[in-house]
Amino acid sequence: MVPITTIHYLVVAAALFVLGVVGVLTRRNVVIVLMSIELILNAVNLNLVAFSRMWGNLYGQAFAIFIVVDAAAEAAVGLGILIAFFRNKETIHVDEIDLLKW
Amino acid sequence: MNPMANPLINSGAAPVATPFFFYLLAGLSIVGALLMITRRNAVHSALALILTLLSVAGLYLMLYAPFVAGVQIIVYGGGIMVLFLFVIMLVNIERVSRERQFNRMWPVGLLASCALLALFLGALEKGKSLLPDRLMQIPEASNTQGIAALLYGDAGRMGQYTFAFEIASLLLLVAILGAVIMTKKKI
Amino acid sequence: MLNELMSYLGSTVPPGIAGNQLWALIYVLVVFAGVSATVLCMNWIERKVLAHFQIRLGPMRVGPHGLLQPFADALKLLLKEDIVPAGADVAAFWIAPVLGLVAAFTVYCVIPFGPSQAVTDMNIGILFMLGVSSLGALAIVTAGWASNSHYPLMGALRSSAQIVSYEVAMGMAVVSAVLMTSLNTKGIGTLSMIGIVEAQREQGVWFLFKFFPLGVLAFAVFAIAMVAETNRAPFDLPEAESELTAGFHTEYSGLRWSFFMLAEYAAMIAVSSIAVTLWLGGWMRPFPNLLSGNFWDFVFSLFPALTFGGLAAMAFLGTTRMPPHPYFRIQKIGIGVFAVLLGLLALLLLAIAIGGRGDDVNIAGRLREGVDYVYWFLLKVAIFMYLFIWYRATWPRYRFDQLMAVGWKVMLPISLGVLILTAIVGVVVS
Repeated sequence: MVPITTIHYLVVAAALFVLGVVGVLTRRNVVIVLMSIELILNAVNLNLVAFSRMWGNLYGQAFAIFIVVDAAAEAAVGLGILIAFFRNKETIHVDEIDLLKW
Repeated sequence: MNPMANPLINSGAAPVATPFFFYLLAGLSIVGALLMITRRNAVHSALALILTLLSVAGLYLMLYAPFVAGVQIIVYGGGIMVLFLFVIMLVNIERVSRERQFNRMWPVGLLASCALLALFLGALEKGKSLLPDRLMQIPEASNTQGIAALLYGDAGRMGQYTFAFEIASLLLLVAILGAVIMTKKKI
Repeated sequence: MLNELMSYLGSTVPPGIAGNQLWALIYVLVVFAGVSATVLCMNWIERKVLAHFQIRLGPMRVGPHGLLQPFADALKLLLKEDIVPAGADVAAFWIAPVLGLVAAFTVYCVIPFGPSQAVTDMNIGILFMLGVSSLGALAIVTAGWASNSHYPLMGALRSSAQIVSYEVAMGMAVVSAVLMTSLNTKGIGTLSMIGIVEAQREQGVWFLFKFFPLGVLAFAVFAIAMVAETNRAPFDLPEAESELTAGFHTEYSGLRWSFFMLAEYAAMIAVSSIAVTLWLGGWMRPFPNLLSGNFWDFVFSLFPALTFGGLAAMAFLGTTRMPPHPYFRIQKIGIGVFAVLLGLLALLLLAIAIGGRGDDVNIAGRLREGVDYVYWFLLKVAIFMYLFIWYRATWPRYRFDQLMAVGWKVMLPISLGVLILTAIVGVVVS
């Protein structure tokens, strides 16, 4: 068994990032798109914490905490927008939300 | 910064993480992510995302970052996912789960993501030589104190990220206000 | 393996820290079995105590004084038909009780029964406990959704809204207790559970009495929030039978319902342990500074034996008061055997207390110390459990909007104020 190096964690983070991007680009359900965005942010966090371990200081972990805070704020606002839009037009498909004003 | 000059690299402590746990947690997180983007039912996707988030918290523990792992479990697992589940239950319509789940451009999206993955793996392959060949040991016992020193400052001085911390709390306030105003029926 | 077995008996750190996997495994099994047994006992105690509050007798039929009632209940639940409602989301229906149970039991890894009597000691102990117990809210929401029926859904949404609201006040109260740990000689606070009790020992005061009344206020906020967190009376509207026909676990029957019940009682014991560790001095005996010295140490180490002796005496009294009818012979024998077992346990504890008195170096002394630590911790948790039952018997339940109003408009400002005042007083004092 090859010992686990930083590259292993970076590969996992890249895989999660790409899966998140696939989710954002291909799904129609708005909630699943928002969850894929959370997955992307998590992949970035994993990357940062892996590098923080590699260099031996805590800057990566502090920045990861900021990203978690940011993701929480963005999830709340995104879901708020979704609910507000859902009240107007009863759909949760991304490709049906295509009119600026009707 | 020369990694060999860091005194922590020669501490020589035995690694906590065994490859078994790494592969288990990484596998669980990727399986969870795959399940999340393919499920028809949004609640199943949310449960799969919870699996992914908890596995990533485990990976943080293996990376000697217990505080970030704790924050991940509390904020993501106990906060954001509960929020997602609430909203799924509020906006879930029965007919939605029987309609088309993937949009019309899905081959293009998949192709672009594969190109992105190839780009990432290429960059990792090329940049492998830049990384130092031994992982450092961050002292785990004082992890919380170290992050607190960065965020709050110690010995009377401001930390490096104190200003950013205050801005982050303002960001959360703005987000709360925005979410409340947007979801009110009458402003 | 014998080496690992013996090396723990002389150590001062929990086996998880010392890398002693055998003892860590033993502790995990003991804690798991202990919590399950405690939940069974809690079932009986709750029914009996509620009944006595309401001037009736409670279960008397199944064993002597209903002592075998929990076993009968467990057997019934295991043998019941497994009903999945029509149209229910099968994957979520299956996962929800398991998730709740896992979330409720995982926190027991960091609960300190003594300075080295814990499974392990994470340096983010209290953060871990708060985080994992907040995963229980996820299980409730999933359970309510998966049942495909409107009473469970309403109950689940209300219950998880309540849990999330009171988690904020709970977190603030916990932070104000953790702030008090930083007033020790090193000037560095700690999040680890064992570290918090050690800080109370070093500062010579339980955090309940520190900076009076700030410690008491923080404890009061936590005590109220923890009752709301576990959906117990008076905050049990989401699962009250007269309101929502048992809320989110309406459609669950048999083994799955028993998982939810296990999770609820285990969560009760876990949050009581947090309260005991943070404010009531954990495993420390009362008055360690005022009544110190060998004599008082010996007196306080007799308490475990006295407690079980008292319980044995009560069981013996029950034996003598059994009706002399032949139909009651088996029950009389049963409770007599129970009294004898309790008496033997009391004698064993007495032997440990006398044999290990005065020393803390060799094995008898360490055994006595260990028994004492675990006893005082469990006694304090048992007091909290009794308080839970007392609240349920005495107080009417809150209406849901009143509940949320209390959580956000009363608990949160008070806990914020206590936190700020604790920080100010801490800076001024040090």
